[in-house]
Amino acid sequence: MEISLLFLPLIASIISGFFGKYIGDRNSEIITSLFVIASALLSISIFYNVIINGYENNIVIASWINSGTLNVNWSIKIDPLSSVMLVVVTAISALVHIYSIGYMSHDPHKPRFMAYLSLFTFAMLTLVTADNFLQLFFGWEGVGLCSYFLIGFWFKKDTANAAAIKAFLVNRVGDFGLALGIFLIFYLFGTVNYDEVFLKIPELVNKEISLLNNSPPFAFLGTAVRSIDIICLLLFVGAMGKSAQLFLHTWLPDAMEGPTPVSALIHAATMVTAGVFLVVRCSPIFEYSVLALNVVTVIGMSTALFAATVALVQTDIKKIIAYSTCSQLGYMFFAAGVGAYNVAMFHLFTHAFFKALLFLGSGSVIHAFNNEQNINKMGNVWKKIPYTWIMMIIGTLALTGFPFLSGFYSKDAIIEFAYLKGNTSGIIASYIGIFTAFLTSLYSWRLIFKTFHGKFNNEEIKKEKIHESPIVMIVPLIILSVGSIFAGFLFKDIFIGYSDNYNFWNNSIKFLNPLTNEHPPLFIIIITPILVILSIPISYYLFIKNEKITHSIVESNKFLYNLFLNKWYFDEFYKFIFVDPAKKIGLFFWKSIDINVIDKFGPDGISKLVKFFSLKAKTFQSGYIYQYAFIMLLGFSAILTFLILN
Amino acid sequence: MDFPILSSLILLPSVGALFLLFAKESNTKSQQTIKYVSLFVSFVNFFISIYLWQQFDKSISQFQFIEEKIWLDGFINYKVGVDGISILFIILTTFITPLCIISVNNSIKSRLKDFLIAILILESLMIGVFCSLDLVVFYLFFEGGLIPMFLIIGIWGGNRRVYSAFKFFLYTLLGSVLMLIAIIAIYLTSGTTDVVKLYDLGVNPNYQNFLWLAFFSSFAVKTPMWPAHTWLPDAHVEAPTAGSVLLAAILLKMAGYGFLRFSVGLFPIASEFFVPLIYTLSLIAIIYTSLVALMQQDMKKLIAYSSVAHMGFVTLGIFTFNQQGLEGSIVQMISHGLVSAALFFSVGIVYERTHSRLIETYGGLVSLMPKYSIFLMIFTLAAIGLPGTSGFIGEFLILIGAFQDNFFVAAIASLGVILGAAYMLWLYKRVVFGKLENKELLTISDLNKSEMFVLACLALPVIFFGFYPEPILKTIEVSVNNLIEMYNNNLIILGNNNG
Repeated sequence: MEISLLFLPLIASIISGFFGKYIGDRNSEIITSLFVIASALLSISIFYNVIINGYENNIVIASWINSGTLNVNWSIKIDPLSSVMLVVVTAISALVHIYSIGYMSHDPHKPRFMAYLSLFTFAMLTLVTADNFLQLFFGWEGVGLCSYFLIGFWFKKDTANAAAIKAFLVNRVGDFGLALGIFLIFYLFGTVNYDEVFLKIPELVNKEISLLNNSPPFAFLGTAVRSIDIICLLLFVGAMGKSAQLFLHTWLPDAMEGPTPVSALIHAATMVTAGVFLVVRCSPIFEYSVLALNVVTVIGMSTALFAATVALVQTDIKKIIAYSTCSQLGYMFFAAGVGAYNVAMFHLFTHAFFKALLFLGSGSVIHAFNNEQNINKMGNVWKKIPYTWIMMIIGTLALTGFPFLSGFYSKDAIIEFAYLKGNTSGIIASYIGIFTAFLTSLYSWRLIFKTFHGKFNNEEIKKEKIHESPIVMIVPLIILSVGSIFAGFLFKDIFIGYSDNYNFWNNSIKFLNPLTNEHPPLFIIIITPILVILSIPISYYLFIKNEKITHSIVESNKFLYNLFLNKWYFDEFYKFIFVDPAKKIGLFFWKSIDINVIDKFGPDGISKLVKFFSLKAKTFQSGYIYQYAFIMLLGFSAILTFLILN
Repeated sequence: MDFPILSSLILLPSVGALFLLFAKESNTKSQQTIKYVSLFVSFVNFFISIYLWQQFDKSISQFQFIEEKIWLDGFINYKVGVDGISILFIILTTFITPLCIISVNNSIKSRLKDFLIAILILESLMIGVFCSLDLVVFYLFFEGGLIPMFLIIGIWGGNRRVYSAFKFFLYTLLGSVLMLIAIIAIYLTSGTTDVVKLYDLGVNPNYQNFLWLAFFSSFAVKTPMWPAHTWLPDAHVEAPTAGSVLLAAILLKMAGYGFLRFSVGLFPIASEFFVPLIYTLSLIAIIYTSLVALMQQDMKKLIAYSSVAHMGFVTLGIFTFNQQGLEGSIVQMISHGLVSAALFFSVGIVYERTHSRLIETYGGLVSLMPKYSIFLMIFTLAAIGLPGTSGFIGEFLILIGAFQDNFFVAAIASLGVILGAAYMLWLYKRVVFGKLENKELLTISDLNKSEMFVLACLALPVIFFGFYPEPILKTIEVSVNNLIEMYNNNLIILGNNNG
């Protein structure tokens, strides 16, 4: 069952990718969708089995690499953690497959698109079901590759190609950290299998790192560095790349160049959460590294806040949601950073539903507006596309954490646990979490109001022509909105329940100290919902009723506005310190060193030298006897002089 | 005595070439016949080598299929034999050669017969390099390979072919002269040039550093390592497709093989001593040439520079002296043999259609050449070491091996992986994606059957070994173990002597 779960998407991808031309567009769509739906049903049954019976399994499919002491298998590991990911990945993927049938109906390359989607699903499944770091890395790069293909799907667009390469490269920077982390793990533990590594962790807790073989421990600012800290930090660099955390986030907004279903599946619900999954999966390591956990918390909360500020001023509907994703991933990370891994997973789970819903909903809007993405060119169409409107409202309510929708349970839990952690970073994180929740609510409602309400601002399309999306696109939206409403309420006890005799996570998450089951002070619990509810009229007032105030706020804070609008100038900065110098140095090495030094003084120089001397020597061979005789005489007298003098 | 299978492998292509010498090349029909004959010969050779692999006993570390003939009055013996390492390179050679012959269809317009003779003789010599067990015999094969390659570049090359051919020849010969002197020195001190005996006897530690440097000068040029790499881009740019393929896929591997067999095997103490030098040059090769590759406008030059970077990984892996590093470097060489061959074939395919190697000529090929685009994508991904391709196994093992020795070296080398992705994906984007702006490309045709066959033959093993590298790793395991053991024993002996 597990094996068919894993390989159905791969088979679907091969059929559609290589034989799509022969079986036709419609058949490709049907086959890929059916296969992935089957895979989703299997995942749900496994998830059910895990919840009810505590089912766990570790299937070895084949051996992969055997080199000396490095032995790695292809495997499927089913435990509570991977079963949650299985459900998220396959369920969202199945819905996105169905939705794509409608969304891509005018595209000439449907089989290719469906093949990529299925291939992505397969890669993601290998990632989450790995029982060792190397298979994880395989899936990790595999999803990155599919993301590259799908961002650049419209290959004629230069911006799409550039965004695709950017995504791949920024991810490679993260992968660089992850790979080094894996090397270090192998170096210290002699294995890359999770179970063996996690078992040995307690023995190595205080081992200090030496950077060269047998050299004394490496010291930084006078303190020896612990190996575990380094492992965790390196793994986290990988997680930052994949999950678009601050400093390595720049690819995610650009990735919106891809078709919208891709944004929903890869850049919202599944791939970008792989980083969170990695940290949670490695909780047996992270638990022993206070330093790394603090770094995770700080990066997480900074990203949450930073991305929210940028989302506030963007005008592209997809970019707003992309930054929102960035920000929500930040929440998940600081949840993990304060040791509430299960809460991080809970938010990952609920976020998958409402963020996929928002993306697919925005896709429906874009579809209606004939590929317009600027929210300033929309407005007042809620009556024309009522289903989309309702779904988007549900998604927004869930995202902002409106009471009793799914986001409410997971996001508030994060803030509460951060507060209860009691250390400085935890308390700061909880305050930032509350403030960010308010910002989230503001930008989300801004999006809704600008898109669906106010004045109709589009000059290219007549309002009468705006039409609702086909049923095949609406059905996945309905399913997702059901999830967005109920997922939090239904699963909260399983994911973050306090019961002593039932622990869903079993051993898949390690808590060095059991999570507290105290309650935070009342104001922490109620302030977020209050802010979230208040923000609705505030944004209605700011963005619909009285836009003048908004404009004057912008005018008086021009600096901040520009900073947010230009995404804090990260792209410009990276171009300035990485991209341009790399090109310049490359050119310098090539033109100045290779050609003007190595060649000039190497082969070309030597051959010139030889030529020079042979030309000189040539003049001796004049053919005149008297000249030869003269030189003989000279030589002769020289030798004689030499002999006599001696 | 058993059937002399190795000698047959070496001789068969030359015999084929001899036959071709008497063939008449008067019209296209006779050209076709000549091509089929050489194709037949090289295919037979391939099957013999596969048979050899199948008969090869992977569980013992000694050389197998040894043949020894007295030559030059016992002063030097003709001695050949294979172990787990060399057998893979022989198969790589017999596998790539027929593909080259298939590909000459359109690219070689004149003197096809001579061209094929050169290729077959080159095949003989390359196989000879990988199975000779005597230093002098090795030297003869190693240097002999220069001549057909020199001719291939010099006669069938592009506009600046003469310059490139001479540059190639001078660079490589200069290094080799020192190696010849070292071989003579070894004979004078040890009384033999038999590699197996030398392994047992050991080379006097006092001379090892000099001898190592002499061999190094030859291998460093051929690898090529920075700063002796500048001949490679020129040679590649001017060489015809088949020449580039053989150069990148096999000739460069001779040096890597030489490092394994001779530098590490014969001079373990010196090898240990020179690790910092090799690490430094390898890292420079990886970072420096990757940056240079980023800025190339000529596709062949770009791939040539990327070869230097990839071979930098190989030298890095060899000198880690641990199982992962050594096995990784062998896998990397095999993988690079397949991938660089495929990339040069791919450039050749579009070059034949447009007669331009410049990247800016292209753009938007995907809508006109979908099959080509898929294959090029596979090889691009293999070149950047994506998991699931053979390139990943090699790079990953090398890096994990290097990491056990030195954190910083592994970290810097890993940066090369990022740069590799940058230049290859950028190349792919500029050639295949984007809008079709060059009107001359509109008539370009997709892969024909023989091109399809060649690329498929290369793509399959690249992917297969990416998911299941066991056939390679199993073959080399015992031999690599043996090499490491020998190396460690030598160091221990030295330690005892000093202590």
